[in-house]
Amino acid sequence: MALAQADVLAGLKEIVEEVAGIPAASIEMDKNFTEDLEVDSLSMVEVVVAAEERFGVKIPDEAVTDLVTVGDAVNFIVNAAK
Amino acid sequence: MSARRVVVTGLGATTPLGGDVSTTWAALLAGKSGVRLLSEDWAQTIPVHFAARVAVEPGEQMERVEMRRLDRSEQFAIIASREAWKDAGSPEMDKERLGVVIASGIGGVTTLLDQYDILHEKGARLVSPHTVPMLMPNGPAANVGLELQAKAGVHTPVSACASGAEAIGYGLEMIRNNRADVVVSGGVEAAIHPMPMSGFAAMKALSTRNDDPARASRPYDLNRDGFVLGEGGGVLVLEEYEHARARGAKIYCEIVGQGLTSDGYHIAAPDPDGAGVQRALKFALRDAGLTTKDIVHLNAHATSTPAGDVAEAHALRAALGADTDHVAVSATKSMTGHLLGGAGAIESVFIVKTLQDRLAPPTINIDDLDPAVTVDVVRDKPRALPAGDIAALNDSFGFGGHNVVLVFKSI
Repeated sequence: MALAQADVLAGLKEIVEEVAGIPAASIEMDKNFTEDLEVDSLSMVEVVVAAEERFGVKIPDEAVTDLVTVGDAVNFIVNAAK
Repeated sequence: MSARRVVVTGLGATTPLGGDVSTTWAALLAGKSGVRLLSEDWAQTIPVHFAARVAVEPGEQMERVEMRRLDRSEQFAIIASREAWKDAGSPEMDKERLGVVIASGIGGVTTLLDQYDILHEKGARLVSPHTVPMLMPNGPAANVGLELQAKAGVHTPVSACASGAEAIGYGLEMIRNNRADVVVSGGVEAAIHPMPMSGFAAMKALSTRNDDPARASRPYDLNRDGFVLGEGGGVLVLEEYEHARARGAKIYCEIVGQGLTSDGYHIAAPDPDGAGVQRALKFALRDAGLTTKDIVHLNAHATSTPAGDVAEAHALRAALGADTDHVAVSATKSMTGHLLGGAGAIESVFIVKTLQDRLAPPTINIDDLDPAVTVDVVRDKPRALPAGDIAALNDSFGFGGHNVVLVFKSI
């Protein structure tokens, strides 16, 4: 099932707001999870699991280290859903 | 190096009587009960339908995002520590000289059980990555240490219901031994959950007075039938005397000694002779450099169990002799319930306030004083304490046969 990039970004914003308390409005594609959004390694696990549930994709552990920015995650999810 | 004296410069608490120290203390002097029927559905499925929940939910005192990665016991520790640190004037200091000692009897038991439910219902993938930092018993101390950037050492003594008092004693030693100048010390508990409550009920340790919860915690009353589980926590900022003076800190009182022993008698039952308690009392007085004549107040452990209250009273009289007669004994668990690892901590906060106001809090719910209790119990109304130099004791005992006595002195 194909997913639109905008829909994935909107969903990720909600997840990051829930997990890290960062207002969705300040979350953009170029934001760095660790440096800009204060999502530490434990919270990143929460984001990944929530994203898997929400978008019906699998994000392997070895892929998570490459998800540095929100855009990385959005693109990974869009590609994984194709 | 001359002996390093230790004083109390900050207080914090969240209890069944209030979300801070001043609210709690006012309710305590007014003789209010913090015990209520539990509103959760599960409460009706276990033998005991009531407990003493905190008066102010952590959600009213913390941000949601902060809360979701903290066990409830850790939330209590953060809330009480923030109040205590602020009360101490948020000291600017070398953080390598700042320690934290915060205890818990059971740790993050609700996190453990909730995540176990998730494991069974949804699978391992959905178990929170925060589970271990939330359930570990040192979590409350660790989170406070992290927030304050304490680097002299962060510790968690565990001795069931004596844990909170033991933590304060540990803090006293850290400063005496010159490991730290300031130690944030105390205890917390958040175990109101059907599983631990069922366990305590199976031991016949809890009161089952379901038709009258506010009257269920009745230390020293002839018809007491067990303790009432409470939750919350208390924190004291302990500080080396010259360090406190140098920064012009408000000084409440001095903590002058502790006595620690173990019974070697039974895993849960108190030694009826209270020999271990007597030794702890004597060691504490010796450590404090005081005599039995100096003691005017005891905030008793007195949990409202049939065996424990009498054993403690007996031990006090055996250790203090005729001087027991001028000790005003308060059993504040009659109002707060029993906070397990938080008990010795909130009761130490109460002692500090008692010395400050020279008012011993009342013991409520005594309709018929048990004749086996041969100590002077402060009943129904607060009692004024004498002027001049006075000292007070806090004793706490835990399953396992742990005995802890702390000595506080006016300054």
